[in-house]
Amino acid sequence: MSDAQQVKAQILSIEPVGSYFHMVLEAPTVAEHVLPGHFVAIAVGGIGSGMLLRRAFSIHRATTNETIEVIFAAHGQGTHWLATQQAGDVLDIVAPLGKPFALPRQPVPCVIVAGGYGSAPMDMLTQELKARGCSVDVVLGAATQDKLFGVLDLKRDADSVTVTTDDGSSGVRGRVTDVLPELIQRTSARAVYACGPMGMLSAVAKVSADNGAFSQCAVEESMACGIGVCMTCVLPVIGDDGVTRMLRSCVEGPVFRGDRVRWDDVDTIPEDAFGAPVPGGH
Amino acid sequence: MSVDLSTSLGSLQLAAPTMTASGCAAAGRELAQFGDVASLGAVVTKSIMLNPRSGRATPRMAETPSGMLNSIGLQGPGLEAFLEKDLSWLVENDVTTIVSIAGGSVEEFREIAIRLRDVPGIAGLEVNISCPNVESRGQVFACDPNSASAVIEAVRAEWTSSAPILAKLSPDVTDIVTIARSVADAGADGVSMINTLLGMVIDVDNMRPLLGGRTGGLSGPAIRPVAVRAVYQVHAALPDLPILGMGGIRSGHDALEFIAAGASAVSIGTVVFGDPGAPWRVAAELAKELDARGYGSLREVVGAAHKG
Repeated sequence: MSDAQQVKAQILSIEPVGSYFHMVLEAPTVAEHVLPGHFVAIAVGGIGSGMLLRRAFSIHRATTNETIEVIFAAHGQGTHWLATQQAGDVLDIVAPLGKPFALPRQPVPCVIVAGGYGSAPMDMLTQELKARGCSVDVVLGAATQDKLFGVLDLKRDADSVTVTTDDGSSGVRGRVTDVLPELIQRTSARAVYACGPMGMLSAVAKVSADNGAFSQCAVEESMACGIGVCMTCVLPVIGDDGVTRMLRSCVEGPVFRGDRVRWDDVDTIPEDAFGAPVPGGH
Repeated sequence: MSVDLSTSLGSLQLAAPTMTASGCAAAGRELAQFGDVASLGAVVTKSIMLNPRSGRATPRMAETPSGMLNSIGLQGPGLEAFLEKDLSWLVENDVTTIVSIAGGSVEEFREIAIRLRDVPGIAGLEVNISCPNVESRGQVFACDPNSASAVIEAVRAEWTSSAPILAKLSPDVTDIVTIARSVADAGADGVSMINTLLGMVIDVDNMRPLLGGRTGGLSGPAIRPVAVRAVYQVHAALPDLPILGMGGIRSGHDALEFIAAGASAVSIGTVVFGDPGAPWRVAAELAKELDARGYGSLREVVGAAHKG
């Protein structure tokens, strides 16, 4: 479990970037503990808000002892409210949360795959991997060009960046998995890191396994608390003992080994899951 | 300012009046990042059943105005793993612990009571006869006075410990006083009110209920007036029956409403999901609310709204 803190964080800046918003928060006591893959849960709506639940965002970047940064899309009531906040406003945040990406002990070739603003934590991860002597090749995918995020930073920090868009408005027309097998083979990648929609993660996990690479997937499940107490964000994951359990993506994830998540069974309780209903049971 | 916040639920003396609510703080450990769990009135654990239980399919939650709907379905590790991993942590950390128990049958409740009665470190038992997230609504014992009292009688018969038995009641009934009276007659030392209200959200893009379990339990400040009403009615009818009040408590002011309606202590539930420090904050705010009104203790305000 990460050592989470609930703190007041002042917004230093909030700017639109393509289809998203980029927000910088002053959170010195949090920033020093942030690792790639950690997330932050932000209270929305102000004092007495009718929106009780925090919104969770992967942490884009952390500057030691100073700031954390997040990328968000204003797609619901809570994130629309967040987008109306301004520099100087103060947010109630809980961070760092979740289990970060597991890093290789050896300097091995790595591939990073992200869909949409799933690329938010990937520049920080790239820097961490490069510092360990790993090569890092990146695939960024989105429906359209304006939904890509972080291309320039990753072009600076990674060995290569391949862009795919569904409509061909930028890079290769198609999906990340269209280019991923060849990239894994060409770089002899041993580890694949992924963040994005569940469908993409499922496909990336399969392609990685088929090509002999381990995958680390940061999932996005709807969660109420973010701290492990509510049990709403669960998904079926196979443990070291071979038993499938409904694990909380907030504390046992959000990063899971791609080969351990039962992607096809997400949103179900598999019959063989630990504690699954027996006939006539719950 | 020095306000005496100590209180009691039957034989259980409490140094502080705010607890976690069952299902909203797991078994307390995760909240230790945000405050001293031992300083809370008690941790009321997530309801534990005899066997491990996966819960229901996701999506399990939907945010609603000033509340949320959940269809978690009592996911849990089962009684033995709970004792080994969760209760042991609570005992080691000197946490006052009220264990919430749930069962699919009267017999399951009885077996759990037998297994727990000699376990040290249990300050109270909350008997969850009102979880709405069960496949068969027939299992919501608290919707029927006979079923409710059957469970409490079975637990009472086996419960040799002096720790009080609290029956957790559902607001989804015609007359909650009838249910409260039946569980009191069956041997409950007090009641916990209220559990969630049964609700539903429809996903109109897919034209089906949004939650995996179709229906879910509504909680949060949206249900608070319902809870205050239930506490008020039961305290009016059964003034000597201790009440643990819960249902959307977000502030010390909210907690004071429950105390004035007749609750002796309160649980903070759904609000913890958005504000993990809430159980401590609400206690501090409650002291200020009492002090601002010239009260020196919480006890003198229990049921105060009935005196007018």
